[in-house]
Amino acid sequence: MSAPTAAPASTPTAARAAAQLARLSRWHPLEVAFWALAAASLVLVPDRSLLVAEIAVTALFALSLDLVLGYAGILTLGHAAFFGLGAYAAGIAAARGVTDPLLGLAIGASVATAAGWLSAFLVLRGSDLTRLMVTLGLASVLYELANRLSWLTGGADGLQGVEIGPLLGIWEFDLNGRVAAVYSLSVLFLGFLLVRRIVHSPFGWSLRAVKGNALRAGAIGLPVNRRLVAAYTVAAGLAGVAGALLAQGTGFVSLDVLAFHRSADVLLVLVIGGVGWLYGGLVGAVAFKLAQDLIATLTPQYWQFWIGLVLVALVLVGRDRLAALPARLFRRRAAPALAVREAGE
Amino acid sequence: MLTVLFDGIAYGMVLFILACGLAVTLGLMNLVNLAHGAFAMAGGYAAVVLVNRLGVPFLAALPLVFLLTALLGAVLERLLYVHVYARSHLDQVLFSIGLVFMSIAVVDFTQGSQQQFVRIPDFLRTRFEVAGVSLGAYRLLIIGLCGAVALLLHLAMTRTRFGAQLRAAVDDPRVARGLGINVSLLFAVTFAVGSGLAGLGGALGAEILGLDPSFPLKFMIYFLIVVTVGGTASIGGAFLAALLLGVADVAGKYYLPEVGAFVIYSVMIGVLLWRPQGLFGRVALR
Repeated sequence: MSAPTAAPASTPTAARAAAQLARLSRWHPLEVAFWALAAASLVLVPDRSLLVAEIAVTALFALSLDLVLGYAGILTLGHAAFFGLGAYAAGIAAARGVTDPLLGLAIGASVATAAGWLSAFLVLRGSDLTRLMVTLGLASVLYELANRLSWLTGGADGLQGVEIGPLLGIWEFDLNGRVAAVYSLSVLFLGFLLVRRIVHSPFGWSLRAVKGNALRAGAIGLPVNRRLVAAYTVAAGLAGVAGALLAQGTGFVSLDVLAFHRSADVLLVLVIGGVGWLYGGLVGAVAFKLAQDLIATLTPQYWQFWIGLVLVALVLVGRDRLAALPARLFRRRAAPALAVREAGE
Repeated sequence: MLTVLFDGIAYGMVLFILACGLAVTLGLMNLVNLAHGAFAMAGGYAAVVLVNRLGVPFLAALPLVFLLTALLGAVLERLLYVHVYARSHLDQVLFSIGLVFMSIAVVDFTQGSQQQFVRIPDFLRTRFEVAGVSLGAYRLLIIGLCGAVALLLHLAMTRTRFGAQLRAAVDDPRVARGLGINVSLLFAVTFAVGSGLAGLGGALGAEILGLDPSFPLKFMIYFLIVVTVGGTASIGGAFLAALLLGVADVAGKYYLPEVGAFVIYSVMIGVLLWRPQGLFGRVALR
């Protein structure tokens, strides 16, 4: 990252800070256990591979939102814009003959990253409400575009003819989703490593400082806007990867990937798991998808009611109180010296 | 040409009635209430039940709808919304989206997912020819009614003691509180009236906008556009923004159907970037 590196420890303070950063970014045993469990799920429940793949996609999407909302503090209601862009880019590429999944992933990621970078400058302006409106507006514009450009996107009927070639030229995507699950989980893990690296770097800490108080962060010499643009762009790219994964895993892209409820759902996923916490999106995705799976078999039609109820209850009870429970178990004792504490968490 | 303008004005009037409550609550309590459309939907369905099932005459049903949704707004405000005023915007967004989802599912469960129509009396279905322009009686009624409401609101805001207190509270709630104004009561009343107006708008607009369970989500962005473009400082700003939006939307659908709503969204983004306070924001109106 472009942030001042803590490596050349010339002064005692810098040395202590570097040691602190290194200590904070060490892997916790519970983290290892989490990923071991995720990998084991492939073997333990092979008949639910489709669900595992779905969870991985949702988790990656929520993780990218966490970077924007949880770490950079940008309130967005249109994160599905990048998810949908990635999905459509990968889907259209596949439908036009670029069948290699990894290449498709790269295409989805780069389109979403470019869009994220361009729109980041729009999002920087104004208050929370303005950001909310601009992000919501951008997602709506993309939805309308995808709806109108039916020669490209298939419009309301969805994109047909998405043909995905074998992964690395070896493994064909099968109907019960084994390959898709392995593929999605691996990509999720790589994405997670990237975000984890970012969050534990000085750059990541500067994001938290900006979120805590942008005015003060600027006063101590942080280029506030550049940091926000960078975070927004990276997150957009990751959301694009998640969208591309969905398109490749299901072999189908519909307008649904850009719909408002997708932005709202991913917000809920992240909030269930805990905002501003690396595993928030992942835990939330597992809980959300399992609950959806369970409730959908009971009352498929009124799933929305229960989402709404959970949201209202979460806010009324207090997110921080609920979120503090698992976070306390998982997070290392925070060091008081480098106390850029996530204010208001 | 003029018919399009006329229809656009009627449409904009409905949007104004729907969104004006949101303009005040957003400005006053800084409350991001995405569930405002749910009250409009409640009003629409209340009208459907009253008119179609219980046989209440359409014009008599309108004030009833207003009272019912105002009551609903007051109850929800006292029970639920009071807890989220001091919360972060994220919490408010989550909370109100939750309410929207619940309202959609409840309406879907009790009323079915198909589009509903309020039975409008025959004398409102006629059309007039005035100087070569064809005017629908129903739209004339809307324009007259909503225009009257807008005028009333404007007078209430500028000429009454309540209005003066409300404006003071919107400008600076803390100082207003310091001056002995009961801001939370003020807000409860405003919230109830705003919800009632949204309900009235929902009942009137069912014919124009279409009424089905997805109403709060479909029109959420429209309400927000009215509020953010119009600014939260005055009734006039929201009124002009709503008219502008209504005419632009109807004209867009009429002349450029292939472009669709996407012009509206782009214009909104442009306006927000150009003037984050809204076109008719505080500065412009003083």
